[in-house]
Amino acid sequence: MWSFSHIANEMHEWLSKTFNPTLTLIIEMVIAGVAVIGLFAGLGLVLVIMERKVSAWMQIRLGPNRVGPKGMLQSLADTVKLLVKEGLTPDGADKFLFNLAPFIAMIVAMLLMAPIAFARDFQLWDMNIGVLYVSAVSSIMVISILIAGWSSNNKYSLMGAMRSGAQIVSYELSAGLSVLAIVVLTGSLQVSDIIQSQKDGWWIFKGHIPVIIAFVTFIIAVTAETNRAPFDLAEAESELTAGFHTEYSGMKFALFFLAEYVNVFIVCAIGATLFLGGWMPFHIGNWTDFNHVMDYIPSSIWFFGKTFFLIFVIMWFRWTFPRLRIDQLLNLEWKYLLPISMINLVVVTAMAILKWHF
Amino acid sequence: MYRQTEIINDASQNPSLGGSGETGDLIINVGPQHPATHGVLHLVITLNGETIKKVEPHLGFIHRSIEKMCESLSYRQFIYVTSRMDYLSSHINNHACALCVEKGLQVEIPPRAQVIRVLMDELTRIASHELWWGAMAMDLGAFTPFFHAFRERESINDIMEETCGARLTMNYIVPGGVMQDLHPNFQNKVKAFMQLYKRKIHEYDELVTGNIIFQNRMKNIGYLSPEDAISYGCSGPTARGSGVSCDIRKIYPYEIYDKLEFDEVLETAGDSFARYMIRIREMQQSIRIIEQLIDNIPEGDFQAKTKAVLKLPKGDFYSRVETARGELGVYIVSEGGTTPYRIKFRSPGFSNLSVLDHIARGSKLGDLVAMMGTLDLVIPDIDR
Amino acid sequence: MLNEELKTKITELLPAATFEEGGDPIAIGWLTIQVEPGDWLSLAQKLRNDNSLLFDYLFCLTCIDWKTHLTMVYHLSSTRYRHNMVVKSKLDRNKPEIESVSAIWRTADFHEREVYEMFGVNFLNHPDLRLLILPDGWEGKNPLRKDFEDAVNMIKL
Repeated sequence: MWSFSHIANEMHEWLSKTFNPTLTLIIEMVIAGVAVIGLFAGLGLVLVIMERKVSAWMQIRLGPNRVGPKGMLQSLADTVKLLVKEGLTPDGADKFLFNLAPFIAMIVAMLLMAPIAFARDFQLWDMNIGVLYVSAVSSIMVISILIAGWSSNNKYSLMGAMRSGAQIVSYELSAGLSVLAIVVLTGSLQVSDIIQSQKDGWWIFKGHIPVIIAFVTFIIAVTAETNRAPFDLAEAESELTAGFHTEYSGMKFALFFLAEYVNVFIVCAIGATLFLGGWMPFHIGNWTDFNHVMDYIPSSIWFFGKTFFLIFVIMWFRWTFPRLRIDQLLNLEWKYLLPISMINLVVVTAMAILKWHF
Repeated sequence: MYRQTEIINDASQNPSLGGSGETGDLIINVGPQHPATHGVLHLVITLNGETIKKVEPHLGFIHRSIEKMCESLSYRQFIYVTSRMDYLSSHINNHACALCVEKGLQVEIPPRAQVIRVLMDELTRIASHELWWGAMAMDLGAFTPFFHAFRERESINDIMEETCGARLTMNYIVPGGVMQDLHPNFQNKVKAFMQLYKRKIHEYDELVTGNIIFQNRMKNIGYLSPEDAISYGCSGPTARGSGVSCDIRKIYPYEIYDKLEFDEVLETAGDSFARYMIRIREMQQSIRIIEQLIDNIPEGDFQAKTKAVLKLPKGDFYSRVETARGELGVYIVSEGGTTPYRIKFRSPGFSNLSVLDHIARGSKLGDLVAMMGTLDLVIPDIDR
Repeated sequence: MLNEELKTKITELLPAATFEEGGDPIAIGWLTIQVEPGDWLSLAQKLRNDNSLLFDYLFCLTCIDWKTHLTMVYHLSSTRYRHNMVVKSKLDRNKPEIESVSAIWRTADFHEREVYEMFGVNFLNHPDLRLLILPDGWEGKNPLRKDFEDAVNMIKL
């Protein structure tokens, strides 16, 4: 009744009755844009406070506990601080590119929101190449990092950017290959099809060990792609002070920061969609009664629950592992992950052809 | 304070020396403010891509010329300044100075004071290694161990605070003994600390030592041969990681160390991981020493009777102690007055730093941070 | 090796060396010898390489300003035989010069640079004799000499 898809349909109907089709489309686009920006900001706030609380819990301390109830408004206060801070542009920097880079980062993160299904039948754009779109658009992220690093005219930034370039380009491969495993099993690139194919069980359960391997590869690869520890070489606080965003301050820094967290959310959402069924409740084969009980939990809760679980896992990595070295990082990708995911893809393909999965 | 011109000795790299200056080298300044230097150390690093060609330390950002200051301070006063050298082992610094002055005065230290001094030294050593462990893991990008290390270190600091009245610069060990008697809670608190430590020590191995990423980052990195360790004047865990036996407590025992049972920890690999393991195992040896002493603190005076104004006879006096970082030497030249004519502190960090260039060449930038971590540099100790 | 044996051995190596008696009365009882700056490098090489001496560990290197002259002090130790020795050498205060031993003991590199800036001792054949601790512009001013004056930063007690 109060599901997201219901509200969206009601709104659409009312708008179509009130305005002509063109105006309806424009208004709907504006609403979608505002919603994405709102979600973007909201996610930033939630994920920052979540990261701080998770790290505090792991580090036997309390974390922020002064602003608002249990410190929950801390990230809001931080945002206000960042907003009123002066956004410095260094003298030696390439001013146009320097100011452009954070916006590219943010726009890429926003574009990635489009094909994600947040709840049952609630999706901005269910395009037929949804998964391909995600991997294509997320590659643009590296350009913003390279621009930021180069235009800062700072050696630390440049080194961070070069590391990041090498890293993202490499890890894109195994991320893509592990995504392909699911695409092969589903036979479709469309996000809604992939979710529908999991209505009798999530792929991670249906797909035997090869899909579990693909899942693990995917998590490792996206952790690297989003520059999170233990692959945070682009920032590498103890080596490069702050890597590619050393020279950024104020809101421009905040945009990078926000884009990082939103990227984490997006890759976790993709991971949840592909391997854990997205908004699809926990279903087991033909147990209709059990499946029916599970359907009572709203689909948005399933989606956000899975996504935040994966985000928690990625945060867990960050606060446990030390950082890799650049050559170890590339070794891991080119010598281990990539061959493994290639062989794995062959196995999955055979499995899909022979219908060995459930 | 910055040096404007970078002097590169290699002629091929320096245009003014006839080189082309276009070898593709990248020169970056690490420090004086940098998260990895843990203080105001300035390293000028010549890089080829990510590979280090040369590391050149520039010091002096926290140089207070303690040696010069001591020349106008009396033998009772100058000890307070030395707490500020290696602030993580201030007890041991004070101890070295007190030993040197006592050598000149030829006073006999009461047994209680000797035991208290050794207890304090070993607690300081544990506290220092705890902090090093946390900072070392942080250098490698793992933040969590830092807080775990501080949990144990806090309880040591609490013990120190009760007895010495300070948490960092203790100024507790003075010529003739110690400043005041132990706090009545001391023994109980130390025992409680040891229990806590034994309960938690496995976390260190689970969180850091056994981690595969950590081991890959540490093993076969920053190899220091025993010959080089001796030649560069390395001491403490840095040299012992290369298999050089150099524990002053064992080879030139002072106080009651010759009566205590403990092992000199040695590793032979000479890499960063060996230096890491040395410190981890050294903490356990310190616990062993404390266990032997904590129930056997003799009764009696905590300070020998000394004159109000100390005067050392004419001559040279030298004392060597083992701090958490290595060998600290205090060299006093006396003219017979109430102030030293010249004091030289042979600080372990200064010599250990000089080896950095040697072990860092050819490795990656990320490893430099790991190596600096395993050398356990404390900048005020280097700069004095 | 005991001090007496060291003494005879060093007399063999460098007959010109004089032994300081009572100069180091109560300290650990290390043998202290005085050498001329010109003899130092050759003696150092022998001390380091002679199989019965093997002073391979230079653990302290410093200088003392005696107002009339400077004295270089080298504390040597052997990691194999565990014997220690102190070598002193008088330098002319106006033109202090001594051979660098950084090729023999690598640790001398940093310590000599420190002495160079603090006392103005010129170490001949040092590979890289520049300021280490003091900032640029302090060449020629030697803070640890007794006659050094800094009206701004020094507090007279």
